[in-house]
Amino acid sequence: MVSKRKHVKENSTIQRFNDSTNEQLMINISKEGYYGRFGGAFIPEMLHPNVEEIRQTYVEMIKDESFQKEFRHLLRDYVGRPTPLFLAQRLSEKYQTNIYLKREDLCHTGAHKVNNTIGQILLAKRLGKKRIIAETGAGQHGVATATVCALMGLPCVVYMGAVDIERQQPNVSRMKMLGAEVRPATSGSQTLKDATNEAIRDWINNPEDTHYIIGSVVGPHPYPDMVARFQSVISEEIKWQLEAATGKPNPDLIIACVGGGSNAAGAFYHYLNEEEVRLIAVEASGLGVDSGESAATSVLGTEGIIHGSRTLLMQTPDGQIIEPYSISAGLDYPGIGPMHAHLIQSGRAEAVHITDQEALNAAYDLSKREGIIPALETAHAFAALDKIEFKKSDVIVVNLSGRGDKDLNTYIKHLG
Amino acid sequence: MFRLEKTFKNKNQQLLNVYFTAGFPALKDTETIIRSLSKSGVDVIEVGMPYSDPMADGPTIQKSGMQALENGMSVSVLFAQLEKIREEVETPLVLMGYFNQVMQFGEEAFLKRCQAVGVDGLILPDLPLSVYENEYQDLFKKYDLAPIFLITPQTSEERIRKIDQLSRGFIYVVSSAAITGNSKEISPEQVAYFERIENMNLRLPRMIGFGISDHQSFTTACQYADGAIIGSAFIRALENGEGELEKTIEEFVKGIRNKPITI
Repeated sequence: MVSKRKHVKENSTIQRFNDSTNEQLMINISKEGYYGRFGGAFIPEMLHPNVEEIRQTYVEMIKDESFQKEFRHLLRDYVGRPTPLFLAQRLSEKYQTNIYLKREDLCHTGAHKVNNTIGQILLAKRLGKKRIIAETGAGQHGVATATVCALMGLPCVVYMGAVDIERQQPNVSRMKMLGAEVRPATSGSQTLKDATNEAIRDWINNPEDTHYIIGSVVGPHPYPDMVARFQSVISEEIKWQLEAATGKPNPDLIIACVGGGSNAAGAFYHYLNEEEVRLIAVEASGLGVDSGESAATSVLGTEGIIHGSRTLLMQTPDGQIIEPYSISAGLDYPGIGPMHAHLIQSGRAEAVHITDQEALNAAYDLSKREGIIPALETAHAFAALDKIEFKKSDVIVVNLSGRGDKDLNTYIKHLG
Repeated sequence: MFRLEKTFKNKNQQLLNVYFTAGFPALKDTETIIRSLSKSGVDVIEVGMPYSDPMADGPTIQKSGMQALENGMSVSVLFAQLEKIREEVETPLVLMGYFNQVMQFGEEAFLKRCQAVGVDGLILPDLPLSVYENEYQDLFKKYDLAPIFLITPQTSEERIRKIDQLSRGFIYVVSSAAITGNSKEISPEQVAYFERIENMNLRLPRMIGFGISDHQSFTTACQYADGAIIGSAFIRALENGEGELEKTIEEFVKGIRNKPITI
């Protein structure tokens, strides 16, 4: 009986995901792609036709039944969705509350990033594109892009900061084995920001045959919205999984780390209008918010334009973008997705800031307590548990966005 | 009359627009470079405001921008340097930069300052046409500044018409789908594109930019437009120039013109 019920639920998540993408958006986004005052498409004319083509087709495409069928099929049989929602008992005991882990680390390739790359590779095919480019920070999006390119037989070039190539070697090797070319970005801070600049330049140079798979809810409209929609499968599943586990679809809190913010966008998406659910966006504060070595965009950032969207970003009074710092390559970004800038500024989401050391400690603790080695990015979300007050009766969902194999070198080095 | 419009109206040779990055090679070179370009007979001078994340620029201009920022260049410093330039130089000046720089200075304050120091037009590649039209058109008019927009081989005819309506001074014709600094021969496809634009009988004059690096590409481009724009090749000349800046610039411009071209 139990297993039968589970089976029904699994089918229903797929069905509901389909329904939800046919509904109106869960958050008000204007026709021009603004969340409140953030968003838009500040792009050079050279990119106008490409971005316009995507803007005009993506909603229709996502609604299209044949797209949905292929997308759902790949998410289930290739990615391994739905991912489990796991009650972490020992962690719950530690914090004297009820903590569920959304296991995106169990997705094929080891992180949530593949939800988006599956969606975008299907889009690229529909647009008739013959070549794929991507940027990557921690390498998870690069691996996820290289993976779907291998699956679809398309050539793939991944731009990665030279510094990140050093600190995320295992993912570099994975991308190469998957047949992708990894091109180092050697300008600026040689991290995610610069990799994104290089990818944009590549796209400007190859506008007709190339699709740019952006890995986060950043970039010009419609990317933030499109990526959020592809990632929204995370909160779609949390809803029915939590209802099955606790009788209620809504948790009291959802915690997710935010660099650009794609896993948080996915985990928050179907709760955006459920005001009683507290949304916690965890940013990397590096050596400390005021240390000068930080990536805490929501406090250090001011309004401006980065990578084609109007959002909060770390910059000088002269408008030069500041190079951020975090031990985690995936959170080492001077901006934040426009949706999150809006959620945080409007008070809908709360920002929490976690240092390198706090994240490392949380990673060691989760590994020993639950037998799960999280990605360094994800470890920031777990460290936030120490910073938030909650009740014993609260139900908390932590989005376990990725696994930590890629970070073993860093973990071992700091273990002493 | 508006300096840019006068330049195009009175032209008696193919027009040469040269780009340089303000604050490069040295912070204080801005005025010298503008004076020398003007003296050498350059028709339009494009002053680049160095930016940390110049997504439409190639490696040469990026590198010069990083150097300029290290030298201490900023929007305020640049305006201060341009303060007295109109006492000596009549050549039209166009500022090129990224919209975030304008936003942080304050849009209206920026435009007001441009007018005060004698800037004639602005090229802001990441300011979208629709945002300009809805939010900034009136301010550009108020401060008598020319918004200069780009068109590319992929720009639709309808959009080119709209750009022709909204721009002032000239239209920046991007020679190919490429970022600055990629010097290639001008291909038959590019020629077909230039001719297509020429046959549209646009209201405004056109200057072709991107990939123009020497006498040959300059003269070829000029067959299909009112003039052409050189950026990366000039930056490289400044980088490699060993003698005085003035001399390097004079020789560079001579090399591009080669011999006076009369039409």
